[in-house]
Amino acid sequence: MSARRPHLTARRVLAAAIALVPMLLLLVGCQDQFPQSSLHPRSDVGWGVQRLLESITLWVVVIFVLVEGALIVAVIRFRNRPGLPEPKPVHGHTGLEIGWTIAPAIVLGFIAVPTVLTIFKTQDKAPPGALEVKVVGHQWWWEFQYPEFKIVTANELHVPVGRPVALSLETADVIHSFWFPAMGGKRDLVPAHTNYMWFTPEQTGAFPGQCAELCGTSHANMRMKLIVSAPEEFQAWVAAQQAPPVEPDSGSLAAQGKDVFLEVGCIACHTIEGVAPGVIGPNLNHIGSRTTIASAMFDNTPEQLGKWLEDPPARKPGALMPKLGLAPNQLAALVAYLHSLK
Amino acid sequence: MATTTHPVGGIAADHAPAEAGTGLWSWITTVDHKRIGVLYGVTSFLFFLVGGIEALIIRIQLTSPDSTFISPDVYNQMFTMHGTTMIFLAIMPLSASFFNFMIPLMIGARDVAFPRLNAFSYWVYLFGALFLNLSFVIGGAPDVGWFGYSNLTSKQYSAGTGVDFWAVGLQILGIASLAAAFNFIVTIVNLRAPGLKFMRMPVFVWMTLVTSFLIIFAFPVITVALVFLLFDRMVGTNFFVPSGGADPVLWQHLFWLFGHPEVYILILPAMGIVSEILPTFSRKPLFGYPVVIYSGIFIGFMGWGVWSHHMFSVGLGPIADSYFALATMLIAIPTGVKIFNWIATLWGGRIELKTAMLFALGFIAMFIIGGLSGVMHASPPADLQQTDTYFVVAHIHYVLFGGSIMGIFAGIYYWFPKVTGRLLDEKLGQIHFWLMLVAMNVTFFPMHFVGLLGMPRRVYTYPAGLGFEWMNVMSTIGAFAIAVSLLVFIANLVRSARRGPPAGPNPWGGPTLEWAIPSPPPIYNFATLPHVHRADPLWEQDAPQLIESVNRMSGPIHMPPSSYWPIVSAFGITLLLGGMIFGWWIGIPGLVIMLVGIFSWTFEPCH
Repeated sequence: MSARRPHLTARRVLAAAIALVPMLLLLVGCQDQFPQSSLHPRSDVGWGVQRLLESITLWVVVIFVLVEGALIVAVIRFRNRPGLPEPKPVHGHTGLEIGWTIAPAIVLGFIAVPTVLTIFKTQDKAPPGALEVKVVGHQWWWEFQYPEFKIVTANELHVPVGRPVALSLETADVIHSFWFPAMGGKRDLVPAHTNYMWFTPEQTGAFPGQCAELCGTSHANMRMKLIVSAPEEFQAWVAAQQAPPVEPDSGSLAAQGKDVFLEVGCIACHTIEGVAPGVIGPNLNHIGSRTTIASAMFDNTPEQLGKWLEDPPARKPGALMPKLGLAPNQLAALVAYLHSLK
Repeated sequence: MATTTHPVGGIAADHAPAEAGTGLWSWITTVDHKRIGVLYGVTSFLFFLVGGIEALIIRIQLTSPDSTFISPDVYNQMFTMHGTTMIFLAIMPLSASFFNFMIPLMIGARDVAFPRLNAFSYWVYLFGALFLNLSFVIGGAPDVGWFGYSNLTSKQYSAGTGVDFWAVGLQILGIASLAAAFNFIVTIVNLRAPGLKFMRMPVFVWMTLVTSFLIIFAFPVITVALVFLLFDRMVGTNFFVPSGGADPVLWQHLFWLFGHPEVYILILPAMGIVSEILPTFSRKPLFGYPVVIYSGIFIGFMGWGVWSHHMFSVGLGPIADSYFALATMLIAIPTGVKIFNWIATLWGGRIELKTAMLFALGFIAMFIIGGLSGVMHASPPADLQQTDTYFVVAHIHYVLFGGSIMGIFAGIYYWFPKVTGRLLDEKLGQIHFWLMLVAMNVTFFPMHFVGLLGMPRRVYTYPAGLGFEWMNVMSTIGAFAIAVSLLVFIANLVRSARRGPPAGPNPWGGPTLEWAIPSPPPIYNFATLPHVHRADPLWEQDAPQLIESVNRMSGPIHMPPSSYWPIVSAFGITLLLGGMIFGWWIGIPGLVIMLVGIFSWTFEPCH
């Protein structure tokens, strides 16, 4: 209760503010450090959200400083100390009550109007000429269908820069939520519903994303990757995906791998055109061309793929793909085959 | 414990009812609202510690990327049980413990309207809580989140009994909440002392009334939803099963129609507590008393029209999103008005920074942060980046830890002397407060950022390289510091309950009726029921006469006798509902016990 208290409290507040500022700068500073950041938009929709969020944050910080400031000033100024007059039993003040009812209402108006405008803009129909992709959520991986190109792929979404992407979102089992933070907000995949969202990627590069709605054991492992490339690169990718799967040279390790693929039961769940018709697991037509496996959990290297095939549930808990009990030579052959499917 | 102090005035002993017994049996059969309040308080604090341990396990797992401390299934059980425990087994019953102990004292009554129903509520709560936690040892705890979204909860995707324990457990707990809420509504409406008009009631009594109404309207909604879910799982109906033609979004509407009012059920009692403490330690009446009450009622009312702001990512369309955004923002206005009135109460006062006051001020400071982050995701486009991320985890913990829990601790430090007759140690209290305040900010503030930087909620792990590492380390350090602050509190509690300095009837100079009687209060509370002429009666000129009169016997006092039928009935109901999981051989005996209990209770003489 001594005279030192205001000094201490003021210093404490100052220290907290000083600690906060570099933290904020650090966060907004570099995207490389935070590849999955929602504060570094790379699409038109993402920027719309960002600008709205910035204006709301400004209001919120101003109100925060004013109200917490008033609280701190009141506590310091009217703390019990000798010589302080006996408090007057004030019961209220109508003018003040009206004032501090109207003031927040006005501030909320400044937040509400751009909010509603942004809602209608981002939930409008996708711009004409958009690339349509159907997204199907599965426990725990993503299926991407391109009706325009008759391509089906998984976990890595390829799109050209500058062209709007219109997604229709469905699920094969439980609720999932589709989220590439760099492209804008998330949207749920709900059974018995088809949801829509769109965005126009503005910069090439690879962006991580993941499922945002609890969907069971491996929810945390239901990751994905957005690959935004130049239009000509995208066309090349489309052409490669449209080509039929590569037939391995007879007698090669990959050819042995194909036999393993047919023997051990892979065909029950996976599609490889002309080889297997399964639709429970991801389409493997061009698995060798993907940069990651197991819903973007691991890099698609022979070593990682081998470990994955050896015991999938051990690497992705709850995974429906069973441990097949492959012998080492079978494993090597299967890896060679899958990696030949460029 | 409630009967040792004799009231002021000489003839008390002549008319006083028999002293309450001691020993375990007297606690099992008690119908005294003060003892039931203590039972509620002790039990819910223990469950608060259980929920805290679950939180620490979560934090250990998330300290480093790709951690293998616990498996994903155990992790999912931990956050499901952490949320369910903190909401239903800790914060709600902690509030109920204040309702029980304080409401009759604050309105000048001898007990609640239905003392045996009150005991019944407590025992149902205790059995429901134990039942829910039984799942840890029988077949695995629920692991679908405290919000249990369909269709993950369907038999197809959750084959074990975890979801059944969750659904049946919440049904049992709902009975306790409903019975208690009806009890407090009747008590507050009917048992107020002469002259204690509605607009003279302490704000805490008002907020209890509003909370009780929220409970009786909100719990039927979740009850219906849980019945649907249990039918789906046990009988094969298709209320939420998409393959049977159902829309699983129905669950979300029902759940949040309950769930949003539930948030106010958790926060309004704390707001009431703080509204009692600020005037006492500012030596100044509450600024804008009617406005604070109307704001509370308005918040409670508007809480029914905002549920879909939990569902912006579901895709309800731009019109629904806009409506729910605007309605949500509207709630910020009465909430802000409350905060401004609290600050105005401080303004011009003479503020004594006792521990209770520090916690009340901490409540305001932290609740402002939680409220403002709430405004940020009231805006659907912003929310679509924030929902289901750690940003929302930060928000709810500023509201429920910084808000509700800070408010509850304020209440504990404020009313502990009334309950036990002894003061809590101020020095340990101050250490507890500052440590907890700093620790909670170290824990929860970084979560705003880690969420905006892309970390979803309810993930048992995250890969290295996304920049989440050091912020998660901070949160874990903070969580353990919170645990240390709780140890300080427990040490204080244990020490002060035995050796704390005697408090006297009114250690803080409080203005409300509970401070007019001895600490701890006699079993009958008021020897003579008070006559109240104004709000804050003990700050009036005639307070000495009031205190003298309420402690002077003016006639025989009738107190309800103790009864074991409430615990028998509660046990029967728990077995009956437990039979839904264990089978008829548990359910049928449960039914019989329940019927015998209720029948005997009905015809038990009450004098």
